Amino acid sequence: MADTGNEIIFEQSGSYVGRTLSRPGARRSVMGRGRYTDDIQVARTLHAAFLRSPYAHARILNIDTTAAAAMPGVTRIVTGRELAEHVEPWHGILSSFVGMKSAIQHAMAVDRACWQGEPVAIVVAETRALAEDAVELIEVQWEELTPVVDKETALDAGSPVIHPEMGDNLALRQDIDNGDVDAAFAAADHIIEDSFEFGRHTAVSLESRILVADFDPSTERLTIHTSSQVPHMIKTVFAKLLRMPEHNVRIIAPDVGGSFGLKIHTFGDEVATAALSMILKRPVKFIADRLESFVSDIHAREHRVRGRLALNKDGDILAADIDDLTGVGPYSAYPRTSVFEAVQVINITGGPYKHKNYRAKATVVYLNKVPMSQYRAVGHPIGITVFESLLDQAAVVTGLDPVDIRRRNFMPDDGYPAVTPAGLPANDLSHEACLESLIKRMDYDGLRREQAELREKGIYRGIGLAAFIKGTAPSPVGYYGAGRAPIAAQDATTVSLEPSGAVLCLVGVTEQGQGADTVMAQIAATAIGVPIENVRVISGDTDAVPYGGGTYASRATGIGGEATFQAGRALRAEILRIAGVLLQSEPSTLEVFGGNVVDAANHANIRVTLAEIGRIGHFQLGELPNDVQPELSQTRHFRVKDVPYIYTNGIHGAYVELDPETGFLKLLKHWIVEDCGRVINPNLADEQVRGGAVQGLGGALFEHCIYDDNGQMINATMADYLTPMAGDMPDIDVAHIQTPTSASELGAKGVGESGVGGAPAAVLNAVNDAMMPFQRHITAQPITPQSILKALGKI
Amino acid sequence: MKAPRFLYVRVASLVEALEVLAEYGDEASVLAGGQSLMPTLNMRLSSPKVLVDINRIDDLKGISLDGNMVRVGALSRHADVMTSPIVVEHLPLIAQAYPFVAHAAVRNRGTFGGSVALADPASEMPACVLALNATLVLDSKAGGRRNVAASDYFKGLYETERRDDELLIEARIPIKAAGEVSAFGELSRRHGDFALAGVAMHGTVANGVITGLRPVYFGSEDRPVLGVATAAAVEGKGATEETFAAVNVALGNDLDPLSNFHADAATRLQLARVLTKRALTSMVNGGGVV
Repeated sequence: MADTGNEIIFEQSGSYVGRTLSRPGARRSVMGRGRYTDDIQVARTLHAAFLRSPYAHARILNIDTTAAAAMPGVTRIVTGRELAEHVEPWHGILSSFVGMKSAIQHAMAVDRACWQGEPVAIVVAETRALAEDAVELIEVQWEELTPVVDKETALDAGSPVIHPEMGDNLALRQDIDNGDVDAAFAAADHIIEDSFEFGRHTAVSLESRILVADFDPSTERLTIHTSSQVPHMIKTVFAKLLRMPEHNVRIIAPDVGGSFGLKIHTFGDEVATAALSMILKRPVKFIADRLESFVSDIHAREHRVRGRLALNKDGDILAADIDDLTGVGPYSAYPRTSVFEAVQVINITGGPYKHKNYRAKATVVYLNKVPMSQYRAVGHPIGITVFESLLDQAAVVTGLDPVDIRRRNFMPDDGYPAVTPAGLPANDLSHEACLESLIKRMDYDGLRREQAELREKGIYRGIGLAAFIKGTAPSPVGYYGAGRAPIAAQDATTVSLEPSGAVLCLVGVTEQGQGADTVMAQIAATAIGVPIENVRVISGDTDAVPYGGGTYASRATGIGGEATFQAGRALRAEILRIAGVLLQSEPSTLEVFGGNVVDAANHANIRVTLAEIGRIGHFQLGELPNDVQPELSQTRHFRVKDVPYIYTNGIHGAYVELDPETGFLKLLKHWIVEDCGRVINPNLADEQVRGGAVQGLGGALFEHCIYDDNGQMINATMADYLTPMAGDMPDIDVAHIQTPTSASELGAKGVGESGVGGAPAAVLNAVNDAMMPFQRHITAQPITPQSILKALGKI
Repeated sequence: MKAPRFLYVRVASLVEALEVLAEYGDEASVLAGGQSLMPTLNMRLSSPKVLVDINRIDDLKGISLDGNMVRVGALSRHADVMTSPIVVEHLPLIAQAYPFVAHAAVRNRGTFGGSVALADPASEMPACVLALNATLVLDSKAGGRRNVAASDYFKGLYETERRDDELLIEARIPIKAAGEVSAFGELSRRHGDFALAGVAMHGTVANGVITGLRPVYFGSEDRPVLGVATAAAVEGKGATEETFAAVNVALGNDLDPLSNFHADAATRLQLARVLTKRALTSMVNGGGVV
């Protein structure tokens, strides 16, 4: 942030950066004027429903659609085998994951279904209800095959192999081995060792996956209205899979009701729906209902991690060694793969600490379960939980307080740039400042006193901490770029001065309900110098906005925000150039402020309004000399350079009460202090963190895709898959340390995933702290009353 | 999640409802509040030929005091029963249980009779009518009205004494007599979820001694279970550690909880024991929610 002068821009009176402004989108939603994909009515739309495999692994011997096709109102039924003639299959591997294997995946099962829920046939009918009726009449002759459901045995010699052509069920093995881990363990005074289990869960976005695919045979254009985080990526993907020229595909993502990483993947049912629109030359709509969402949306987080920590007697971490095993679905997701989660686990485990000896192994195996892939804070909750739990155990054996052992081992705030134990470049982090802020906000010592007093009365409370690093704003150096995935690592914004003096702002990043559009408006208004009411942000239409990566990996503000800032500054410079000509003044003596060109010296004298600049720039160009051509649209691109991510950091604190007779927990309070660099909109940043924390707590305590031995998900309803409810959540206190990133002028890092990553670890540590008097502890998530009672020996 | 095709009959009177039920029998489903029926239809877990919508039968609505009995019309909405001054004064167990019944939106639409008629084993109202020794009134075209004791009503998982041509029209619930006390406890993963364990109990307390206890357990087996051995273990005793030890043994005889993915049998039995201990302690202190 050196010498750019931006601090002045952000702090001057006309700045919207760092201010809480209400979201225009929130007002629309509250007034019932939201426009989600399901609200879009396209004339002559047909409705799709899918026959899905009832088995985790079965051969399709025959499909008889005669009775279903004869039903009134049914337009077309297409099986997976028939569809394969119209749709390219895909291969979910990236060359950046060396040695990775996956099978070729078709949009629908061709001769074999590999998970319960895999689409097998699509029915298109006049209504969804008719389509569902017809699905029930399709007769499939199945031959059940033995499913692979246990990741622990999936690589055993006797295990069935899901895809025989691959030889085994291995997707990827990846290792990190830095320093001399064996020597450090040999020299250690204490070795902590434990094993951790993490249950599968899934995103459960409020708005489920949906698309209306509308192929127009007169122009051969395919327009897809869909709830997506990555309109440009799926434009490229749909074009490739449907053998369309890319410029003939248009993706429109209107309001999006949550995405959380779910809506960045290729789903066979969506591709099949688009294909049917092309076959039938009519709009076709598919919306995943809640039941099929559970068995077709991406799952995540099924891991078993063994971890070891070596320490000296003073509590210094000497080395860490972890072994992660994860079982993904039968195919690797396209185009981002299903191995990235495990790779992130080993990348970020122990990331806040300064030990140099680190060994990690990730093993990814295929299972006959729903495909797993990226979900909010990919891999982070797992790596953070493993390390922070081991560290709390280390605190016990070394006699240190959990605060002190972290203080002792953190990377120092004045020690950057640095590299993490996994060898990743880290810069502009603030572990020490976040910890000190957290313990002050928690009144940590007061809580410890209260805990001790209440234990005398038979009340068991626990305090848990969890520090983290989080990769945000990925660069082209990262896995996707290096692996040649069709995923934009840059983003761009176009800002245009309209004749009225208002600004149109076209952004490549997308709005998911999180407030990205508002943040972009704040940045653009500040960079240009106009009232925010005069800025209109457009996102989510590939025919309108610059090609960009969309919103994932906490990249909207960090990457799209910088592009918007740079575009805004460029437009401001152009406005001043034109104003200088009109006013016969040096542009450097002028400034854009409050929607007017004013004297830079005092920001007071209005020299010319932007409406006047707009009028002359668009209509009365005769008032300008011939050699002055106004360029009142400015586009700027931005990518993060050199490092794979802009890392952020933070720390969570949890305070819980345990009922040792019932195993029930009460979440009393939760605190988070994180460093997302420059905060653009404090309220939106807080709510990103808070909402993420709720999702993290959900994973720690409730959410679980439970499978039986046959590979059937047995709790695939909203009654049995438990999501966190507001009434069960604690008050969540959020604060920010702001260390602007040196990777951009804006200085903003990502904030969308900081709440998710640390919350499960903090609550697990708090539960184990509460159980300390019983000398028992747990390592499996979700934490349930039953698992606590078992640990306590009550059952 | 679209319901399969069904015929829909909206009846205006009880007579009409009984006629339709007489005609269709087990091919008919009665639509009251629809809080359980509609999801099962949309999930295609049930496919009745005809839905009999009884929502316009005003005779089946209302709560009244009739001597030492409270009459709760089967079509009374949960929210109305919950806030009824008659219920609050005379049926404290039901008032205690109601905050645990799902969520406000469900209680606004769902009905008391629908809950009893469905007999979900994790539901609160079936347990309460059994604990309170209520009488359930059934009516049919063929057989006319008959009274069934709650203890004879619940037969198994979603199975009751009600014949397919019968309609549950009313519950008659004895009011709390002098010296009688109620306590209620439920443990579920999240508020409003199906109970992992629950107890509704009612009995007489004098000088810290409990007699005539009717402890009913829900969320345990395929139907609400009256803890006969537990009641015997408590009879004439106070809420002491000695009683609790006896209760722990008795509950092992009374209950044989079903396991599922939310909790296994051992967990459910442990939770039932803890709830019973806490409920008994509450009973001798005037009762309430534990």
